[in-house]
Amino acid sequence: MSVDLAATLVVAIPLLSAGVLLLLGRRSDGFGHWLGVAASAASCVLSVLLLLSLLGSPAEDRSVGVHLFSWIPAGELSVDAGFLVDPLSVTFLILITFVGTLIHVYAVAYMEHDDDRRRFFAYLNLFVAAMLILVLADSYALLFVGWEGVGLASYLLIGFWNQRTDYAVAAKKAFVMNRVGDMGLLIGMGALFATVGSVEFDEVFAAVPGLSEGWLTAIGLALLLGACGKSAQFPLQAWLGDAMAGPTPVSALIHAATMVTAGVYLIVRSGPIFEAAPTAQLVVAVVGAVTLLFGAIVGCAKDDIKKALAASTMSQIGYMMLAAGLGPIGYAFAIFHLFTHGFFKAGMFLGAGSVMHGMNDEVNMRGFGGLSRYMRVTWITFGLGWLAILGIPPFSGFWSKDKIIEAAFVGEGWQPWVLGGAALIGAGITAFYMSRLFFMTFHGEPRFNDGKNDQPGPEQHPHESPALMTVPMIVLALGSAALGGVLMVGESFFHWLEPVTGHVEHHEPVVPVPVLIAATLVLVALGVFLAWRQYWAARVPVTAPAGSVLTRAARRDLYQDVVNEAVFARPGTHLVRTMTYADTAVVDGAVNGLGAGAVGWGERLRKVQNGFVRSYGALMAVGVVLVLVAVLATRI
Amino acid sequence: MSLVNYLVLAGILFAIGSAAVLVRRNSIVAFMGVELMLNAANLTLVTFARMHGDLSGQVIAFFVMVVAAAEVVIGLAIIVSIFRTRGSASLDDASLLKS
Repeated sequence: MSVDLAATLVVAIPLLSAGVLLLLGRRSDGFGHWLGVAASAASCVLSVLLLLSLLGSPAEDRSVGVHLFSWIPAGELSVDAGFLVDPLSVTFLILITFVGTLIHVYAVAYMEHDDDRRRFFAYLNLFVAAMLILVLADSYALLFVGWEGVGLASYLLIGFWNQRTDYAVAAKKAFVMNRVGDMGLLIGMGALFATVGSVEFDEVFAAVPGLSEGWLTAIGLALLLGACGKSAQFPLQAWLGDAMAGPTPVSALIHAATMVTAGVYLIVRSGPIFEAAPTAQLVVAVVGAVTLLFGAIVGCAKDDIKKALAASTMSQIGYMMLAAGLGPIGYAFAIFHLFTHGFFKAGMFLGAGSVMHGMNDEVNMRGFGGLSRYMRVTWITFGLGWLAILGIPPFSGFWSKDKIIEAAFVGEGWQPWVLGGAALIGAGITAFYMSRLFFMTFHGEPRFNDGKNDQPGPEQHPHESPALMTVPMIVLALGSAALGGVLMVGESFFHWLEPVTGHVEHHEPVVPVPVLIAATLVLVALGVFLAWRQYWAARVPVTAPAGSVLTRAARRDLYQDVVNEAVFARPGTHLVRTMTYADTAVVDGAVNGLGAGAVGWGERLRKVQNGFVRSYGALMAVGVVLVLVAVLATRI
Repeated sequence: MSLVNYLVLAGILFAIGSAAVLVRRNSIVAFMGVELMLNAANLTLVTFARMHGDLSGQVIAFFVMVVAAAEVVIGLAIIVSIFRTRGSASLDDASLLKS
């Protein structure tokens, strides 16, 4: 099969399936979920074929452009829709379709008792298609189509249970905050068109050397704003926690493994722009460092298992952003961490879904405890993900996160110390909050009413989930355990990405590598120990204690919502109110006043037309006299 | 006798005529008022013709008489017709064209 056809079909199949499911409606309820799974699986197979075809060609030929059609032929602006099949996009294809297919399978069982399971699968397929367009696009314009598509799918899926108002509000919040980022991407595209006259990747990157640094910095910052919105990076991160309102498979696929990493993809793909604009690049790294600490701190205080995982996702994407902001030495590490994170975080989200499945949709970790006895498979698979995100060798996370910490320490001046320090401390906090989550859920005494103890609340009978749910979890857990090490053999993953990220000589960090690894592991061990002491060895209170100032702040996302509300939402509301008032009072007032005035004068003048000839005659006589007086007066 | 007296008489006749038009409700009387005004105008025309020694004013007075005769025919016909259909010749009753 040719690359052209495969690349087209890989997008077309899930898109077609979504269309069929939505158009057939209730008629496809019986088989809809399996059609969704099949579409995703077909995409996965085609992605593997594309991977094999690229692997089969020499490294310098591993970039194939696929021209689809002439899209916007409008005078000077001429945009063609086309796909770019290269190692970076194929890496994403594999991640999206493989993890996506596993989550589709999982969702068949997870959503079994939902009347709208078919609609759910239609949206999931729509998401997969849009995400594939995003990563395959060969121009910012087509990327933007995918970008908006995944935003739409995310909105539809967060608000999937829109009969609950708070879920619908969460969906709206995610959508609106994403719009802020989208605006940045649009402005960036506009600036590119104004300066380069094209939005296609190769033309833009070829024109970069001829552009002024001011323009490049502006474009880079605009693209970063877009990336921040989609990837829940500071300061546009507030939507991700609320996005957990969606069903758990959605959180695993969209809000952990794929969509939220689109920002990292955008930064890495736009590498040539950022390399020519050091200021913008530094801002990317700083945003990443701030977000990784921000997410980690928030994660320490959340009692909702999904929100804690969401905070963790935010923090891990912060790592990727940090790496992407380090320049060419970080790109490959960012994508590597993105890839391994996609596996272990999706696995952990599915584990959280499995726990909820066994615990009547309870999400408060203070009501869990000791679940390892009831859910063996969930416990082990989640445990592997936990070890991976902690960065314990030889699990996946160790290879990817450690590389980022090393790269963050490369450089001169204050940068390596600040960025590297943030990454290092972040690793310690990650260990604490993930261990807290793991221990609170699976270890310690049960804090729910299991029929034998004296805990209040309804009686719970935790049980393992069906095979349709556990098998995807097992596969993802295997990935969490081994993928990082396997891809690191001979640094094959980095060589594979080299055509896109460029070859970089090895740089020595300011601190020797073994010291860094040792420091990371010590901090991780410390984090795990603290979590063990507080959440396994000691009794965990069932109701959350008041906590310190920091804990209370972290529970409320470090007051991000309050700040947004005060700085943007409330002035915005007032502005709109003022405008509405001005519209009704001034604009409408003028128009309506004109009409009312005409009617009023008409009413008054109508009285003169009384039909009496004598009155007309009198008026005429008066008029004639007045005219005469006027004429005589002017004569004299 | 001064010619100005004729003009004063014409002014008095015009005032009487216009007062009749504006004040009286009976259409016949109002019509007579109109005729009075026309004749006042005729008198001034003739007087001025005499003053200036120019005959054209007298000629115009003849024209006015002819037109007035024709107008009386039509006007009285209308009044008779209104009286026949509405049973009244009062001007105030014929106020049908008001809004």
